[in-house]
Amino acid sequence: MAIEPGQAVDLSGAMVLAPATPADWLVVGPVAIPIVTGAILLMVRHETRLHAGLAVAGLLAALLCNIGLLARVLDQGPLVMTMGRWLPPFGISFAADALGASLALVATLVAVVCALFATADIGAVGRRYGFYPFMMLMMAGVGGSFLTGDIFNLYVWFEVFLISSFGLLVLGSQHKQLDGATKYAILNLVGTTLFLTATALLYGTFGTLNMADIARKADGLRENAPLTTLAVLYLLAFGMKAAAFPVNFWLPASYHTPRIVTAALFGGVLTKVGVYALLRTLVMLFPPELELLSGLIAWVAAATMVIGIMGALAQTDLRRVLGFVVISGVGVMLAGLALGTSEGLAGTVFYAFHSMIVMTALYLLAGVMNGLGGSYSLSKLSGLYASNPLVAAFALLLMLAAAGLPPASGLWPKVMLVRASLDSGQPWLAFAILATGFLTTLALGRVFILTIWRPRVVAGPETPASPYLGYVALAVLSLPVVVMGLYPDPVISVAERAASAILDAPAYIGTVFPEGAAQ
Amino acid sequence: MHTLIFRTIAPYLASLMVLFSIFVLLRGHNEPGGGFIGGLIAASAFAIYGIACGVAPVRRALYFHPMAISGFGLLVSALSGGVSLFMDMPFLTGQWTEIDVLGLPVDISTVLFFDIGVYFVVVGSITSIALALEEREHA
Repeated sequence: MAIEPGQAVDLSGAMVLAPATPADWLVVGPVAIPIVTGAILLMVRHETRLHAGLAVAGLLAALLCNIGLLARVLDQGPLVMTMGRWLPPFGISFAADALGASLALVATLVAVVCALFATADIGAVGRRYGFYPFMMLMMAGVGGSFLTGDIFNLYVWFEVFLISSFGLLVLGSQHKQLDGATKYAILNLVGTTLFLTATALLYGTFGTLNMADIARKADGLRENAPLTTLAVLYLLAFGMKAAAFPVNFWLPASYHTPRIVTAALFGGVLTKVGVYALLRTLVMLFPPELELLSGLIAWVAAATMVIGIMGALAQTDLRRVLGFVVISGVGVMLAGLALGTSEGLAGTVFYAFHSMIVMTALYLLAGVMNGLGGSYSLSKLSGLYASNPLVAAFALLLMLAAAGLPPASGLWPKVMLVRASLDSGQPWLAFAILATGFLTTLALGRVFILTIWRPRVVAGPETPASPYLGYVALAVLSLPVVVMGLYPDPVISVAERAASAILDAPAYIGTVFPEGAAQ
Repeated sequence: MHTLIFRTIAPYLASLMVLFSIFVLLRGHNEPGGGFIGGLIAASAFAIYGIACGVAPVRRALYFHPMAISGFGLLVSALSGGVSLFMDMPFLTGQWTEIDVLGLPVDISTVLFFDIGVYFVVVGSITSIALALEEREHA
């Protein structure tokens, strides 16, 4: 039916007619606010004095928005907004459930602290080359990845944060950085190309990209569609992004090269986006395929955590040690995915919260230690207990947290994961988690002894950098670490809500398609 | 390329192309065109001007730094999506109104401002890359 020019068309049948209240807008805030702030920062590129304040203000606004969003999601269930009022699956939906909203909140918290720390770490040149705009656009991409309900849109947000992360990685243009960035860029582009290929295949199979729509159509198509192929492709693509063994080599090759605050942001946030995407696709969209793959994922998880932490034992550069600790943490999170039970997934989600905060804090701690001791090398950095006992205190707390020892936050997710493995009859996976904890204690204990207890072996810098801003950043991050360690109940309940949100696909489908079986 | 013919013609060609890019931008809502392709045309105009007369005159003519233009575009696009907040509608919902320009009714919409934002993003980023490459060639 051709439509004449000027003829009025009734579009109401194609649109969401329910009014969107300002509270519904909470779901776009965590993405729109960083984009707007990033745009303003680009416009005032030369006024480098304004950058830090604007970026911190923008991230704080996004943080408030995230808090409001999580409170509302926990209170009233998933929050959905479809862009441009077009009915899903034609309009692109943003759908925040407890998983996406809580991870977006923790990521933004970490970003606020990094933006604060960067005020001292990133000088005028770094700002002029766009540190803060890149950071804001990266956080927009991360927030979009956590909140979108459309798989192609997820790809777009992956690209947004990847491209911004390339910019952050080469900031400074040293030879070493370009070397690291090349490896990072090429291997990540391979991963996103796989992601795009899988999505094209998925669109060819399902004829839709809306995740709720995919979830409700999967059962009908399972007989004669290559869903297992799709699940494997997504496992490989997101496994690469999450730095799971054996596709993790880009991470240790690149994370020690950028500015320390960039490394902190990457180590804290980016791998968790990969883990999140694995949870979202495999648990929510392809649960039978996940069951089929769970044996493989369990091996991948065990190999990632054990081989990762062995890498950490062998390193002599503090930042490289931390890179391998990040990888080992990804293995622990994958263990919950392999189990696929509600408790295992809750453990994964809790571990993701913990890992975002602790890994960022450890990288920032490395930055503070470098400022005081003048080196990242474990053979040179020494004598910090004598000069700065407070650094020793933060280091002890954070290393206990990373190793999963009380009183810090790493204990409870590991307890949950160990119990879930034993309940599912996979004691070897529980053993791998415990052995990893032990090896992490060794690897980080070695760092602690060499850098903090050992008397100074090489003279430090004549004028050590002032550590006070670093102390503030570390204190802000240590607070949730201690609180989650001593009083984990609220976080466990959020993690359980997040796990049940992805396990209960019908509830998610019901919020995106409230009219029920519309098609 | 410092040939006399090219240098003489380039300013006229560039201004024509910028004019045409605005025409393409504005017709883009219902017909082929739009912010992206319009932005590319304008960026090529600045690139041609740069090849003919050097990068410094282009930067002077643009007045704002290309990256700032790009940021402005992103801001306009993002804010145009936000207008629907006040209409109780979701993000990026198009809002239309008709204004009277010298007795002629003209449709104005947030969609148009979104497209103008895209235009500036493309102009800014592509011009920035082109000028950086040309600068390197001349240095």
